[in-house]
Amino acid sequence: MSRASLFIPLGIFLLIVAVGYVGFSLDNRNELPSALLHQPFPEFSAGVLNDPDRRVSKADLLGHPTMVNVWATWCPTCKAEHAELMRIAELTDVRLVGVNYKDVAAKARRWLVDYGNPYEFVIVDQDGGLGVEMGVYGAPETFLLNAEGEVVYKRVGEVNQRIWRDELAPRLAEMGVYRMPAPEAQTPTTGAAR
Amino acid sequence: MIAELGQLSLALAACLALTAAAAGLFAHGPGTQLLRQSTVSMVVGQFVFAALAFAALVYSFATDDFSVSYVATHSNSLLPLPYKISATWGGHEGSFLLWILIMTIWMLLLTLRRDNYPVRFFSRVLGTMSLMNLGFLCFALFTSNPFERLIPMTPVDGADLNPLLQDFGLIVHPPLLYAGYVGLSVPFSFAVAALLEKRVDAAWARWSRPWTNFAWAFLSVGIALGSWWAYYELGWGGWWFWDPVENASFMPWLAATALIHSLAVTEKRGTFKSWTLLLAIAGFSLSLLGAFIVRSGVLTSVHAFAVDPERGMYILIFLGAVVGGSLTLYGLRAYGERADVGFKILSREFFMLINNVILVVSLAVVMWGTLAPIGYEALSGGRISIGVPFFNMFFVPLMLLLGVAVALVPVLNWKRTPWQSIKSTLTAVLPVSVLLGGVWWYTTDPKSAGVLAALIIALWIVFTHLLDLVKRLRQSRRLPLAYVGMSLAHIGFAVSVLGIAITATQSVEEDVRMAPNDVTALGIEEVRFLGVREVQGPNYVAQQGVFVVTNGNRTFELRPEKRRYLAGGNIMTEAGIDAGLFADTYISLGEPLGGGAWAVRLHYKPMVRWIWLGALLFAFGGMLAVMDKRYRKLRTRRDVAIKAALGSGTAG
Amino acid sequence: MNPKRKSRLYLALFLLVAVAGTTAALMVAMEENINMFYPPDQVVDGTAPLERTIRAGGMVKAGSVSRDPESLQVEFTITDHLGSDFIVSFTGILPDLFREGQGIIVQGELDQQGKFMAREVLAKHDENYMPPELMDMVAESGKNAEAKAAAKATP
Repeated sequence: MSRASLFIPLGIFLLIVAVGYVGFSLDNRNELPSALLHQPFPEFSAGVLNDPDRRVSKADLLGHPTMVNVWATWCPTCKAEHAELMRIAELTDVRLVGVNYKDVAAKARRWLVDYGNPYEFVIVDQDGGLGVEMGVYGAPETFLLNAEGEVVYKRVGEVNQRIWRDELAPRLAEMGVYRMPAPEAQTPTTGAAR
Repeated sequence: MIAELGQLSLALAACLALTAAAAGLFAHGPGTQLLRQSTVSMVVGQFVFAALAFAALVYSFATDDFSVSYVATHSNSLLPLPYKISATWGGHEGSFLLWILIMTIWMLLLTLRRDNYPVRFFSRVLGTMSLMNLGFLCFALFTSNPFERLIPMTPVDGADLNPLLQDFGLIVHPPLLYAGYVGLSVPFSFAVAALLEKRVDAAWARWSRPWTNFAWAFLSVGIALGSWWAYYELGWGGWWFWDPVENASFMPWLAATALIHSLAVTEKRGTFKSWTLLLAIAGFSLSLLGAFIVRSGVLTSVHAFAVDPERGMYILIFLGAVVGGSLTLYGLRAYGERADVGFKILSREFFMLINNVILVVSLAVVMWGTLAPIGYEALSGGRISIGVPFFNMFFVPLMLLLGVAVALVPVLNWKRTPWQSIKSTLTAVLPVSVLLGGVWWYTTDPKSAGVLAALIIALWIVFTHLLDLVKRLRQSRRLPLAYVGMSLAHIGFAVSVLGIAITATQSVEEDVRMAPNDVTALGIEEVRFLGVREVQGPNYVAQQGVFVVTNGNRTFELRPEKRRYLAGGNIMTEAGIDAGLFADTYISLGEPLGGGAWAVRLHYKPMVRWIWLGALLFAFGGMLAVMDKRYRKLRTRRDVAIKAALGSGTAG
Repeated sequence: MNPKRKSRLYLALFLLVAVAGTTAALMVAMEENINMFYPPDQVVDGTAPLERTIRAGGMVKAGSVSRDPESLQVEFTITDHLGSDFIVSFTGILPDLFREGQGIIVQGELDQQGKFMAREVLAKHDENYMPPELMDMVAESGKNAEAKAAAKATP
């Protein structure tokens, strides 16, 4: 057996890696294709959690970039992402709207008292009807709408630091409701030149 | 506080793994003796800190510390204490911590046997193991930290452990399976050390063998437990689904089985060396591939992987480094390892070769069936599924062929076998097996020729091995444990084949609508449905069906349940099973159909237990072989003398 | 040829035959046992072949499940909520997580009328634990890519 033939296994392995790499890099399809992506947000009419007399409709989501977050008290991941939503509400000018999905109103109010309320208002979707219209398959889900009410981004699952940094922050900045911190400006050094 | 201590321990373990890897692999120059010797204590340190981290997580679970994110998402205050503890490895982060703990236990066991190996060789083994452990520790620390806190929003209660996991089978299944997966890193590290030291010889093979057997035994039991769990917990009555998660554990098992046999040839005959090295590399790499398949999200969809690629990419890169690195080492160092030892077709070597080819072909089939749908989706965006018939189409003939090879093992000699010694098994034992198998086949339900073949071959395996054990016992008083272990494992193979063949073809399955007091015939049994009542469990409410089964003179009651877990609202089916050595009666509730009637799944499964019984024999055989005295207290200095004394008469 | 070379030649031939045989058999088996997956719109618009084993999936339409009172026969509609619906007929026991609004997979054949005659109905954590084909549609809350063990039913 010649010496070079000992590298045959390595060669086969590298070939597989190369094929796999090419294959996967060809795959530049949209990340999570959503039924609603680049579509107008559906029409709806629903009650508001903390204001039983008020009704809201799609008109209430227009005119300003809006983030719609679908949540519920029975959803542990919603609990996990809540802090991030609080931060987003504080840092940006986006209109953050909640959809309380298939939940008990009393529990949901309690939740907002306990953990803080990042939302401008919370749409009540007790029977999940709006959720069906939105194509929601679980909670949490987060939709980003432009001022015209078109869905420009959708996140299925938790909004965490990484999603904020990589997906949300750039888009919100583009829409003009958030200013990306300049890399250096974040830690103001007192005058000392470097 | 405890959770932070856990995290600190993990970080310290990682530091020790780094230094141990560096010292073990590279400290071989003059004046580095002290450093090299300290590898052992650094390995012990890795174990201590991994155990501390694990204990910290268990403590967090036991005390309902829901400020720890992982605890909050995998436990609940209503959960019974044993499940709280087992919930520690009920999710991704915790099960990886368990994986690390088991890795350090393997290293600890290695250090207990350190006198058996040359110092430099051994420190390279520990160095390689530590390097692997470092990879795992970094994975845990950077991508899946089990100790992450949910501050300031500590939930009042946890989200509950998935009810599927609230079960004995799933408490013990992961630790055993991981012990097998991780255990394959030992023969891998031995192979790497052998390449580094340029001593790919019989001694190396003998050192590797008990560890390989040990890991393989764990893997066998782990897989069997998973299959048993799926059988009683999923409510389908199936025991193997060719599911990617199952395949992920089956692939390393196939590689390890091939490795065990190939190591035997390398030790006894000094040949198959390159092949053995490659199998040792493949075994551990397939464990990592399994981890990638299960952990990365490619299974749920390539999209899921693309959206959250952190974990998947980490494992993929680690896998690439391990495979690429070890194969490069192989290419550089394996030269000159060919020993040209001739052998005839009728020899043990040749049948080991057949065994290896069959196992590797089986491995290729499983790998293809598991990875092709993933690749297809990545390349074309479309979705395909590869059905069970695909796998069965290959495995039935392959395993029968393997069975023929196994049946001949006791009569085959190394190098060449005189025709006379095979003649008796072909002219006496085989005809008897054909006769008995034929009668058995005819009296049950003669349908498939495959079953006939399976029965004959399985009986043949059992007879040849038992006859040979008896013959050897007559010749000498003591049998080497390794030989008994091998025979048991081979008989276990036959037992599993019998169980699979009979269960697959002779089961009676009825999906029926039953109203109270309805009676359904189920094969030779008769099932009466009495009705459904509500029962209350510790953390669930259940609707319990009451069935009375009559089988001849025997009457028994089965109570399958439909449980609703309080914390998550999950619905679970709990089958009612009357387990017997020769047949199981299996009843599970479907759904209520109104008016007290239910959809009911009734199964009568003959010999289904034999499938797992066979796997237990595998494991028991493997363990017996580990106990064999020739693996014990072998000082390297006395290698040659002892090897000569033992001769090559004993089989492996 | 000396015996050593001869045996090596046999060995090489043996391996070659094994590799070639396996590859050929794999290809043939693939041809016969692959089940393509079709979403509802492809079932409706005729992309999916009739009278061949395929997989299809989508959501169970609310209010569409109708049972035969005397047997285990059940019919329901699968929809993608975008206007493509088709009817599925199945006889047997539905999985635990079969619910209206739930994403499921059916395996079977389309008959001439476009009705899906299902032989198997799969929902999460039964036989397939989690039908991968549906994950694009039924994406869940984040961390579900775990082992079968962690087939969590986070709604």
